Amino acid sequence: MNDAGEPGYNFAYLDESTKRMIRRAILKAIAIPGYQVPFGSREMPLAYGWGTGGIQITAAVIGADDVLKVIDQGADDTTNAVSIRRFFARVAGVETTERTAEASIIQTRHRIPERRLSDGQILVYQVPIPEPLRFIEPRETETRKMHALVEYGAMHVKLYEDVAAHGRITTSYNYPVLVNGRYVMSPSPIPKFDNPKMDMMPALQLFGAGREKRIYAIPPYTPVKSLDFEDHPFSVERSDRPCALCGATDTFLDEIVADDRGGRIFVCSDSDRCGEQRDQVASGDGAAP
Amino acid sequence: MTDLPLLTATSLSYAYGRRMACQDVDLEIWPGEVVAIVGESGSGKSTLLGCLSGRLRPDRGHVAYRDRDGAVLDVWAEPEARRRLLMRTDWGMVHQNPRDGLRLRVSAGGNVGERLMAVGARHYGDIRQAAQAWLERVEIDPARVDDLPLAFSGGMQQRLQIARVLVSNPRLVFMDEPTGGLDVSVQARLLDLIRGLSRDLGLSALVVTHDLAVARLLAHRIVVMRGGGIVEHGLTDRVLDDPHHPYTQLLVSSVLPA
Repeated sequence: MNDAGEPGYNFAYLDESTKRMIRRAILKAIAIPGYQVPFGSREMPLAYGWGTGGIQITAAVIGADDVLKVIDQGADDTTNAVSIRRFFARVAGVETTERTAEASIIQTRHRIPERRLSDGQILVYQVPIPEPLRFIEPRETETRKMHALVEYGAMHVKLYEDVAAHGRITTSYNYPVLVNGRYVMSPSPIPKFDNPKMDMMPALQLFGAGREKRIYAIPPYTPVKSLDFEDHPFSVERSDRPCALCGATDTFLDEIVADDRGGRIFVCSDSDRCGEQRDQVASGDGAAP
Repeated sequence: MTDLPLLTATSLSYAYGRRMACQDVDLEIWPGEVVAIVGESGSGKSTLLGCLSGRLRPDRGHVAYRDRDGAVLDVWAEPEARRRLLMRTDWGMVHQNPRDGLRLRVSAGGNVGERLMAVGARHYGDIRQAAQAWLERVEIDPARVDDLPLAFSGGMQQRLQIARVLVSNPRLVFMDEPTGGLDVSVQARLLDLIRGLSRDLGLSALVVTHDLAVARLLAHRIVVMRGGGIVEHGLTDRVLDDPHHPYTQLLVSSVLPA
């Protein structure tokens, strides 16, 4: 029990034996990068699809001196991010932050922060569908066998279909990756813009799927390769305009409806990075870091 | 032709509960040879095919396969990974219903290319070219490479399934009633195609059929099954023109004259 949290609740909401079960799954996941480890997912006080997998991982790894940041599509101020951050502030009494650099644990839905993460940080992903082969092979028994026997030809059939229909690989999010040269893994629905950041990332990456009851992980400094064809190599899309707020040209942009007359602007999806950039511009520092 | 069989089955048995579907079957398939298994429904044809093709683990008996290097593998003693690799490279399976053998929501090109990608082909242009070449060989317009199999007729789906199997240059193809469910004119064209391909590629094939005409056209040898056992086997013309076993005589004489 910890006095810091909500009275009547264990530190970080989950009881200690549940946390231990989840930590075991996490350790196994780290030992086999990209392999989906089943775990006994618990009912959490939020709906499936809102991050029940991520929140359980965060609860299992968080300590009293951790600093938590939660983002939803890159932003710190969206509903999902605000409520999960407040949840842990209440049940664990931990310090929270919106600054990527100051956080020790970052729980994320569908983005990787623009700032390069460093050693010692943990990135926790919320995953809706952990099985990358699901749409090709609906039978779970069969997909497990395909993973076990490294039968990943069918994964390229999906990419083939993209090129055949559109002339290029149009999969733009949830783009499948090969982890450590062994397991094909779903990176959760992050834009493929973020895929290169997973490769050799200094931070520990943990993935939790609450409804599907799976945990998987990428240890620090693990090679992560996006699948592609030799004559249609993996590439990320670049925006042809800068962020309307901070002027950055190297970030992932969201389209936002700005008024009632159909006006739209494009702004950084990473709200922390956008703010930093604006501060720098304001203080006369000029160019992007 | 070599003087050693490609596939050798010894005393294969398979039971569904207490019902023996297949009992002490011995069978050899030689390189370049097409063997037909005929018999009434329920005689154990498909069960035997399943045991031989790596899909049904037999209760007793062995299946030995001689691979490209001449080494003999005990198919059911090999690890599953090796067996499945065999099934998608050296072997091929053509199902009676093309829907069982095709991915219906994947284009014709993707269907044909899958086996290539499964063994490591990662060049889109090459895969597509191979797919188109194979569509042409099975008499499908290469311009339809991006159409879904759902948009194809039954006969075209069956030919697409054959292309999908043959693209990986298998040495042994298993066919379960390849012409079942097709109308007679389409059947004739398909048989012609299979015969031509097996001759050109030097394929060995094991064809399960209840249609003696199919066996007559395709097979060098016929195996007649009844009640889970082989009652007669021999060269096609010998078995059909001079059947020895009473059951084979019944089978041959029960074909309606056209």
